[in-house]
Amino acid sequence: MLKKEYTGLANINGPLIVVENIDDVAYDEMVQITTPNGEVKKGRVLQVSSNKAVVQVFEGSTGLNINETRVKFLKESMKVALSKDILGRVFNGVGEATDGGGQIYSENKFDINSNPINPYSRKYPRNYIQSGVSAIDGLMTLIRGQKLPIFSGNGLPHNQLAAQITRQAKLGKEDKKFAVVFVAMGIKHDEARYFINSFEESGVLQNVVMYVNLADDPSVERIIAPRVALTAAEYLAFEENMHILVVMTDMTSYSEALRELSSRRGEVPGRKGYPGYLYSDLASLYERAGMLKGREGSITQIPILTMPNDDITHPIPDLTGYITEGQIVLERDLFQRDVYPPINILPSLSRLMKDGIGSEYTREDHPDISSQLYASYSHVKEVKSLASVIGEDELSELDQKFLEFGSKFEKLFLDQDKDTNRDIEETLDLAWDLISDLPEHELDRVSEEMLDKYYRRKDEDGET
Amino acid sequence: MTKQGRITFINGPVVKAENMTGYIMRELVYVGEIKLVGEIIELDRDQATIQVYEETSGMKPGEPVFSTGHPLSVQLGPGIIGNIFDGIQRPLPFLEKKSGSFIKRGVKVNSLNPEKEWELKIKVEKGDYLKSGQLIAEIDETSVIVHKIMVPPDKEGEVIELVPDGRYSIEHIIAKIKDKEDNIYEIKLYQEWPIRKARPYEDRLELSEPLLTGQRVLDTFFPIAKGGTAAIPGGFGAGKTMTQHQLAKWSDADLIIYIGCGERGNEMTDVLEEFPELTDPETGKSMMERTVLIANTSNMPVSAREASIYTGITLGEYYRDMGYNIAIMADSTSRWAEALREISGRLEEMPAEEGFPAYLPTRLAEFYERAGYVKTLAGESEGSITLIGAVSPPGADFSEPVTQNTKRFVRCFWALDKSLAASRHFPAINWLDSYSEYLNELEPWFKKNVNQEWLDLRNSAMSLLKEESRLQDIVKLVGEDVLPDNQRLILEIARLIKIGFLQQSAFDNIDKYSDINKQYWILKVILHLYDQAQPLVKKNVPISQLKNNKLFNKLLRLKNTVPNEEIDKIKDFKNEISDFYQHLADNY
Ligand SMILES: Nc1ncnc2c1ncn2[C@@H]1O[C@H](COP(=O)(O)OP(=O)(O)OP(=O)(O)O)[C@@H](O)[C@H]1O
Ligand SMILES: [Mg+2]
Repeated sequence: MLKKEYTGLANINGPLIVVENIDDVAYDEMVQITTPNGEVKKGRVLQVSSNKAVVQVFEGSTGLNINETRVKFLKESMKVALSKDILGRVFNGVGEATDGGGQIYSENKFDINSNPINPYSRKYPRNYIQSGVSAIDGLMTLIRGQKLPIFSGNGLPHNQLAAQITRQAKLGKEDKKFAVVFVAMGIKHDEARYFINSFEESGVLQNVVMYVNLADDPSVERIIAPRVALTAAEYLAFEENMHILVVMTDMTSYSEALRELSSRRGEVPGRKGYPGYLYSDLASLYERAGMLKGREGSITQIPILTMPNDDITHPIPDLTGYITEGQIVLERDLFQRDVYPPINILPSLSRLMKDGIGSEYTREDHPDISSQLYASYSHVKEVKSLASVIGEDELSELDQKFLEFGSKFEKLFLDQDKDTNRDIEETLDLAWDLISDLPEHELDRVSEEMLDKYYRRKDEDGET
Repeated sequence: MTKQGRITFINGPVVKAENMTGYIMRELVYVGEIKLVGEIIELDRDQATIQVYEETSGMKPGEPVFSTGHPLSVQLGPGIIGNIFDGIQRPLPFLEKKSGSFIKRGVKVNSLNPEKEWELKIKVEKGDYLKSGQLIAEIDETSVIVHKIMVPPDKEGEVIELVPDGRYSIEHIIAKIKDKEDNIYEIKLYQEWPIRKARPYEDRLELSEPLLTGQRVLDTFFPIAKGGTAAIPGGFGAGKTMTQHQLAKWSDADLIIYIGCGERGNEMTDVLEEFPELTDPETGKSMMERTVLIANTSNMPVSAREASIYTGITLGEYYRDMGYNIAIMADSTSRWAEALREISGRLEEMPAEEGFPAYLPTRLAEFYERAGYVKTLAGESEGSITLIGAVSPPGADFSEPVTQNTKRFVRCFWALDKSLAASRHFPAINWLDSYSEYLNELEPWFKKNVNQEWLDLRNSAMSLLKEESRLQDIVKLVGEDVLPDNQRLILEIARLIKIGFLQQSAFDNIDKYSDINKQYWILKVILHLYDQAQPLVKKNVPISQLKNNKLFNKLLRLKNTVPNEEIDKIKDFKNEISDFYQHLADNY
């Protein structure tokens, strides 16, 4: 089919351009834009009427002018070519190879906005992934096919934690069916470098596909990058039957790019200027995690976001939490007290763990002990705030026990080295060691059967 | 010749077209060459604005718009129960067959299976004059629901033709009726009804019976009536979906319609995988035999999300008209409101509060007004619709427009509390912020069916909880030791109520469902303990003696150690308590 080229624009506004007197242009189709000095950019139709199209230019509109810019509509939506050769490669936010290894050629081209998964076709995720991090495995267990974000703040060790999970996720070298899709959105060069080094050290680099949009790359590409990456993940998971872990960072930069675009379009802003459809937009990414009936592979997502001002009610963490299947929340206070990973367990949650732990998966006592740790630690927080008012010495004997339990819990259970890899037995045993410092009658979340079996009863002299 | 419009503008799900004279407002139309489903939402001279229920990617100005002549409707007939539909009643299993694991656009499927044959039992005779809504025939749709084929609401007449009992598919004409003006209507096994129009009934009745849910904090503290309305607001992870799932599993409605509106795909899968395995405590049959799912998850088209709520409630009204009690769960109404906002934004309408359109309160009111306990159209039976909507306030801040406006139209407010959820107190329903306006209407029922003193007991427990909250404010400043013993006893009793009664685990086999008598007895025993211990405080028996760990522990575990059928054990335990305190008193 003949692709007509138009010369001249009606308007340029940031990454948006308006082309007039057009004919036969489709909503959402790809566009090729040629600047006056011959540079070629890509774009996408955002809105179209009988004689006018609004186009989003991926690399930004720098270098365009009104009268000489040439625009060609490409008659197809945005697609990426995919094959198993993408493993071990590095691409930019729109899926072009940047590692000098040449572009990917393949018959298989996939639309980056894949169709929604039919809820009837999903398989409920049940297999747990051992991360080797006690706080996660014990209290917010990650399940294969889950979307479990890390809510962090500037300067907190979310990258280290994400890298540690990827490294230790027990799916490493020996398992060829495992791969990581890493997508960077607006992160700094050294952060990207950190991830690359960590993949390299753990020897999984050949099984990592990277889509990298750095802080100084065009921000509109940030909106495309996770879609390209997830399309690759879907290809690997559902065509090649692999287990894919997708690390997406930083969702905050992604959302900011979306806000920028929305405000250029003059849309009615929602909370904090973010567009009203931010929820649906984020869902169109996060809901691409999961498993399908009758297929082997899976997509597990670990999105990372930095909460502006550490505020969990900010629209980005808030809407994310409303879509994902739980969250791992990092806390500055723990970080400052040198606890790594500084996970505040109380607001953290894994919604899928209920069906992926217990005798069939981890150990019979897991549900009870994790619920008890939550309840007891939450009491620790109350005691702490009381202690700060009346002083520790004035606390009742029982409350003092709780306080002691709390600090041991933080030092021995939460805290671990960046390369300490505890298996689930070790984590659960540790939990019982700690909880056994509390009197038995305070443990109302644990069944008597489990108490009999696991609680370390002490005789008169305090010996177990 | 069929009418044909022409697309002039496309912006996501909002499409404008010209040459649309003669189309009607809210008409179902097919948009573009690939015929996507759409609905006319605005008409201006020969221009129409259409909300499209599928992705419009690839569509061009100049493509056609086809008329259907009727509004967006659902097909009402056998085959609805046990099924899972999208927001515009397309069955997801059929979509899977046609387009695989990912939903492609422009796929046309029938809502109800046109081939399946149903065993029909005719219930009228030739010559009978049938009113609107009157029963014609019956089908055993599932092992627990008898499907009633009724005269559609806007028709009536004398039966002039009738098939015998037998097996028929839904398109089969089973009867013809002739009205007084000699109009003849064909009756098939299904009827169609526009989703935005409430189905008529003869009369609205008073609410007098509770919808029992097996959840202690709800049934005992904030009960909802059959035919009533409730909202469950709460931040993410507070437990809205879990609560709705619990209600879908255990409430004593005849039929559950669960609408997943803009929420997670896995939550629907969870229901699909779990419900067939669960048995209804009353009928012993699989839960799926009384459940209908509507799934328009967050990644599915936003305009179909807007429609899903209406699709669900229309299906509900149809079964209500057969004389059933229906409970509808909508998770989450906030996503529906946001869909309204998104479409309104694309229409460039003037926004009101937080970008929501000014008609948000009207829409919410219309929705909740479709709940109620009614006498059915032909006066043959009674049925009800209970509506329970989850609300997802941004930042868990209840002052936002959707929560506030919902509050105006519902009569039960089950407020989920983030801090309770954080300390894993589940269900995280805050007992101080929640309320039920049905207490008075339901009191006679509880008195008659549970116990005369039901309301007194509930109120005493409630005032203890209120007192405890006041005392906790003091404790936070000075510690517990400073309080006099009678107040410390209140703290202990409140702890028993909170842990032993209010907390209820959805995952525990015994605890997940507490029948109303068990609820009564646990609460009774806790307050009995209070009655026994109180006089001893006056006698200066120290709290440490009154709070016997063994006794308290046993009490706290009644909920998950004593099954519903064995409440005699709780009654026995009451005597144990009396004995214990008697013994203590004797020794002082
Ligand atoms: N009754 C309950 N018993 C045990 N656990 C519960 C209960 N209610 C909630 N939970 C816990 O809280 C988690 C979150 O609950 P749920 O998914 O219902 O939240 P939600 O309010 O629907 O959140 P969202 O708005 O994000 O959908 C559950 O996965 C479960 O771990
Ligand atoms: Mg939910």
